This record gives sequence, C-alpha cells and structure tokens, in this order.
Amino acid sequence: MSTDMNVVHEMASKEYEWGFVTDIEEDRIPKGLSEDVIRLISAKKQEPEFMLEWRLNAYRYWSSQAKADAEPRWANVTFPPINYQGITYYSAPKQKKTLNSLEEVDPEILRTYEKLGIPLAEQKLLANVAVDAVFDSVSVATTFKAKLAEAGVIFCSFSEAVQKHPELVKKYLGSVVPHTDNFYAALNAAVFSDGSFVYVPKGVRCPMELSTYFRINAAETGQFERTLIVAEEGAYVSYLEGCTAPMRDENQLHAAVVELVALDNATIRYSTVQNWYPGDKNGKGGIYNFVTKRGKCLGRNSKISWTQVETGSAITWKYPSCILQGDNSVGEFYSVALTNNYQQADTGTKMIHLGKNTKSTIVSKGISAGHGQNTYRGMVKIMKGATGARNYTQCDSLLIGDKCGAHTFPYIEVKNASARMEHEAATSKIGEDQLFYLQQRGLKTEDAVSMIVSGFCKQVFKELPMEFAVEAQKLLAVSLEGSVG
Amino acid sequence: MSLLEIRNLHVSVGGNEILKGIDLTVNAGEVHSIMGPNGSGKSTLAQVLARRDAYQVTEGSILFEGKNLLEMKPEEAACEGLFLAFQYPVEIPGIGNTYFLRSALNAQRKHRGQDEMDAMDFLPMFREKLKLLEMDDKLMNRSLNEGFSGGEKKRNEILQMAVLEPKLAILDETDSGLDIDALRIVAQGVNSLRSPERAMVVVTHYQRLLNYIVPDFVHVLVDGRIVRSGGKELALELEEKGYSWTEHEPVGARA
Repeated sequence: MSTDMNVVHEMASKEYEWGFVTDIEEDRIPKGLSEDVIRLISAKKQEPEFMLEWRLNAYRYWSSQAKADAEPRWANVTFPPINYQGITYYSAPKQKKTLNSLEEVDPEILRTYEKLGIPLAEQKLLANVAVDAVFDSVSVATTFKAKLAEAGVIFCSFSEAVQKHPELVKKYLGSVVPHTDNFYAALNAAVFSDGSFVYVPKGVRCPMELSTYFRINAAETGQFERTLIVAEEGAYVSYLEGCTAPMRDENQLHAAVVELVALDNATIRYSTVQNWYPGDKNGKGGIYNFVTKRGKCLGRNSKISWTQVETGSAITWKYPSCILQGDNSVGEFYSVALTNNYQQADTGTKMIHLGKNTKSTIVSKGISAGHGQNTYRGMVKIMKGATGARNYTQCDSLLIGDKCGAHTFPYIEVKNASARMEHEAATSKIGEDQLFYLQQRGLKTEDAVSMIVSGFCKQVFKELPMEFAVEAQKLLAVSLEGSVG
Repeated sequence: MSLLEIRNLHVSVGGNEILKGIDLTVNAGEVHSIMGPNGSGKSTLAQVLARRDAYQVTEGSILFEGKNLLEMKPEEAACEGLFLAFQYPVEIPGIGNTYFLRSALNAQRKHRGQDEMDAMDFLPMFREKLKLLEMDDKLMNRSLNEGFSGGEKKRNEILQMAVLEPKLAILDETDSGLDIDALRIVAQGVNSLRSPERAMVVVTHYQRLLNYIVPDFVHVLVDGRIVRSGGKELALELEEKGYSWTEHEPVGARA
C-alpha cells in the first residue's frame, strides 16, 4: 500500500463524533417481548383501544413468524441471531408531566441536541426548518408548531397524533406498510413507541422543511419509530430525517417504519441522512438498521421522491419504495450508501408500477471502503395495467481499496409490453492515478479523496435540500476517513 | 542557484533499475528537451520529479530551488511550483473543470500564504487563458476531462499550466495523439508561458514538437542514462540518424 493510500486510510478511520451518552433518568420497562409488554407500552402512552388492538394483532403475527423462524435471511449481510427477548422495547427520558413548551424539556436533552448541532430553541433554528426530536422511544420536542398550524399543517409526534387526530391515524396507519409486510415491520407495528406525524391539507404547500432528528441514547434498547406522512390533493411537503447514536460495544436494533401517502397532484420529498453508530473499525458494535419505508402514490399525477445518504449503521437493510398507483404518478429514489471498515449495507428500492404512464427513476451510488460490503438490491415491477410505464435505473459502485465489495441485484418484472426500461450500471475504483492527478495540482490527499467521492455522488446530492447537501458532503468526508488499502 | 539540480539519480520500479545515474541542471528561463526511444526512462523521470511514489529512488539527489524535492509530497512539490502535464490525463466524473482548477489554484495560493481567489476574480483570468488555448467555454462546465477527446485533454493540461503558472513545467509526451492543428495550439500555449522566471522540461519521442517549442538544450536518454546533450540541432540530428546512432557515440557535454 502506498503512502498516499495510507493517508486516505487514516482519514477514513476517524472516530465517530456523535458517540457520547447523555446521562439522564430513564423510564424503561423490563427486557423482553410479550402481550403484556405490548399492553404496557400502549397503557404508558394512554392509547385508545383501536391502537392496542392494532398492536396486539401485529404482535401475534410477529410471534408466529418468529416461531416459524421467518426472519428474512435473503439479504447479502451476515450477523449473529438477534435475541429479541434481550431488548428493552420502551425507554423514555423520565419526565413528571406532559410538556407544554420547550422550556419544560430536560436541559440535558436540549444540551444533547445542541451537541449534535440541532438546537431546538425555535429562534436559533435554521431558518425555515421545523424539527421533531425523538430521544430513545419518545418525541421530546417539536418546534415551529404554531407557524405550521397557521398553514393548516399538522406536524407532531406520533403519540400526539394518536390522541388528537385518531381518525387520520386510523385511516392511514398500516395502509402502505401493513403489519404482515415483513418480520421487522410486524415487530415495529407491535412495539413502536413514537415517531413523527405529518398531515398537509388539500392545496397547501408546506411553508418550511420538516425534519425529525432521531437519537438513540439508552443502552440495550431498540428504537422503533414510525413515521406517517399524508399529503392531500395538491399538497407539497419536504421532509428530512437525521439520526445518531452513542458508541457501544453491543449491537442495537433500529426497526423503523415510514409510510407516505400522496393523493392527486401531491408531492412528497423524503430525505434521510442516516448516521447511526457504525461500529468500531474492527466491526464491534453498531446499529442494525432494519427499516421499511414505502410511499404510495395514490392519486393521479402524484410524486414521491426518496433521497437517502446512508453512512452509518453496522448493517443497513432498507428499501425505500414507491407504489405508483395513480395514473401519471412519479416515483424517485436517489441513494448514496457508504460502507467503511466492517459495515454492511443491503439497500435499494422497489418501484411498483400500477397506474398508466407511471414513471420511476432510480439513481444509486454505492461506496465501499475498508472491508465494507455494499449491495444494491432493486426491483422494478410493471403490472399489467401500467400501460406506458417507464423506468430509468442507474446504479454505480465506487470501490476504495481492495478488501471491500460491491454487489448489484436488480430484479425486473414486466407484465405490460408497452413498458420502457433502462438500466445502467458501472463499477469503478478510486485509482492512484486519479489521486495523484489531483495531488499534482496541489490538492491534499484527503481533499482529493473527498473531491472524487463527492463528484461520484453529485447526482444524488443535488436532490437534497440545500443546507443538508452541504451537511451530507461533510458527513461523507468524515465517514470515509480511513479507507483505501 | 539552479531551479532544478538532479545528481546521480538512480530509480527502480519493482526491483528493476530504470534510471541509472541521471545528472541534469535546469536554470530559470531555460527550455530543456528530453528525447529518447520507448522504454528509455523518460516518463519515469517525469513521474519521479512530480513525486509519484510507485518509484524507488535508490541513489542520488534532486534539489528544487535548493530544497530537497525527494522529501516533498506530490501536493507540496505542486505548491512549490512544479507542474506535470500528464501523458494520460485522467477523467474524474462529477467534478467540474472550473471548480477543480480554482480549488487547485487556491490550494497553491494558500500554501504560499496568498489570499484565496474568489469566482469574481478567477473567471476573467480563466477566460483569458481559455482564449489562449482556443478552448470552448462549454467544455469547462463539463466534468474534469470526462468525454474529452485526446487533443482536448492535452489542451486542458496546458490550460491548467497557464492558470497555475508554475516555476517548472514538465511536459510528458504532450504531443502524442495530437493532430497538427492541436499541436500548433498547444505549442502556442506553451510558448506564451516561456519567461525568464520559468523553466520547462519537454519530454518527447519525436522531434516534431520541437519545431514548435524550440528548446535551449536537448538531452538524449537511452536505457536510463543521458548519452548525449547539446543544443536544438541535436534533435534534428537524432531525427535523421535515429536513436541507435547515439549508442555508438561518446557522451556529449552536459548542459
């Protein structure tokens, strides 16, 4: 290995910066999962009967799946069996009463978010971004509520939505990702403790970016949040989620579900910057990020666009998908997934074309460094009625060093002869030639590497909201520190 | 003090000795040409000067403005004013040509303790240089060398040199793959950069380029050794008699 490559290697092994733990009193329930635990969670959240029933249904299904040993094993990742009875399914910062304003949030938690660079005090916020902060199992603060309410937009924690808007929750919960969808989605449906809820009424363009910040803090807990976004006819909303977790030696499970519903002429943009703790450089610890995300373009001319930048987690298992039901609806998936050290990612999307003239675009950029294994898995399905459907898929892999891997599994199923499909794939390696060229012009090795990588990811970054694109680029540079060899 | 002083340079790649004791002195304002047959070590010399680390220097020294070049990283040598026009410029997708060049210039300016140049100052200067190389603005909005023809890539090298204004420019087979018009334009660009403060080392296989870029000194490299040095007429003699001729002649005077 050359000295240049060594520098890159060191750069890629920089420490995870968000690995601290906040010392705070927790209200946590005993480890393990049973009907009693489900009832306890539901009771703690003072949920209406329909929610308890819904959870119990999901739990029974999950339980039968667990007995049948139906945990999905098809992904191109390896990990020891998860002991689902060894996890605590509910942990919340202890608080004496319901919060009425930000002043009542525990200052320790506020400090945690300050440290993460996400100030929750409204006046200090990035102009035009409303934040919902989820700490372990519960939402601790949602900002800019009043301003959003003026526009008629509901942006609150899932728990609050269950209390205040049960009719909307009842109507849409599980309508895109039913609890029977998969093993982790069933588990989430049974135990999910909070998350974000967004409702944008007819004809409203949400006046600001909405954002949720997820933070796992407690040890030996899982985080199971659920996000539901509904955009009524002609509505527009752009939503961003970010996530971090402390450094711990044991693996922690994160099994979230996100459901999006777009009605006629509605647009939802959903962006993720995922930076869960990836484990140390020997592969010890890190988050198992097993997430089900799906959007339904229910209405005509509706559009759902997923953009993800995945740099964290020990294992990522995630396929943000679109069901293109309405005629002329559009689904998009833009992804950058980076695996360094011993990280594994099996990620991609599903585009299910049902309506006429539906269109989907997939741009996936996988970066593997160190011993990282990066898999793109994507399905494009054109159903019988989807006359005039079109798909464009591009999946590119960039290898840094010679111990990592890039894998591509495209699935294409076409049942309508009028469909037009395009698929492009390329794999390249950051060569010493490229590095040397940039260095010869005066750029330092680390700047040269991040320039090459951000060039590779450009198509995806330009889909992110401005301030997050900058963030994502920085994150990528940090996550890469230490990876050529 | 000379700009570049190479003394008894021995260089190996994977255990094979490629350069077997090179001595060369280049002063500011001079243009030197290094000629030689394929595999004689011309490109190795160019790469070693640019500090590519795949090459092991086993003996000898290189001083650049009196500083030990062999202790510099490639980016340090670049920032000190050493430029290599590559024989095979690489393509890097997603990085705009203009953005790249401004980043490089600013990295060098920073190294020299100068203020970084903002886009407002950079662009007018950049446009001037584009004109010099008869290059299309549109090319500059594309990614670095991506989809460029061979000739466009070589012109882009000279454009970069014009913007970065190095003290010592090494041109590694810049003429290869150029048609006669492109050759003329490239040479014109190079000639416009000749100055009493700047030196150039032009590595080439053919004499053709030297009709356009007229060197002060010509050195003939054969099997890792400079076997002959002389004035510009040496190039013509070589063209006429071929490289095999030098192998039977005594080593000439060194520049």
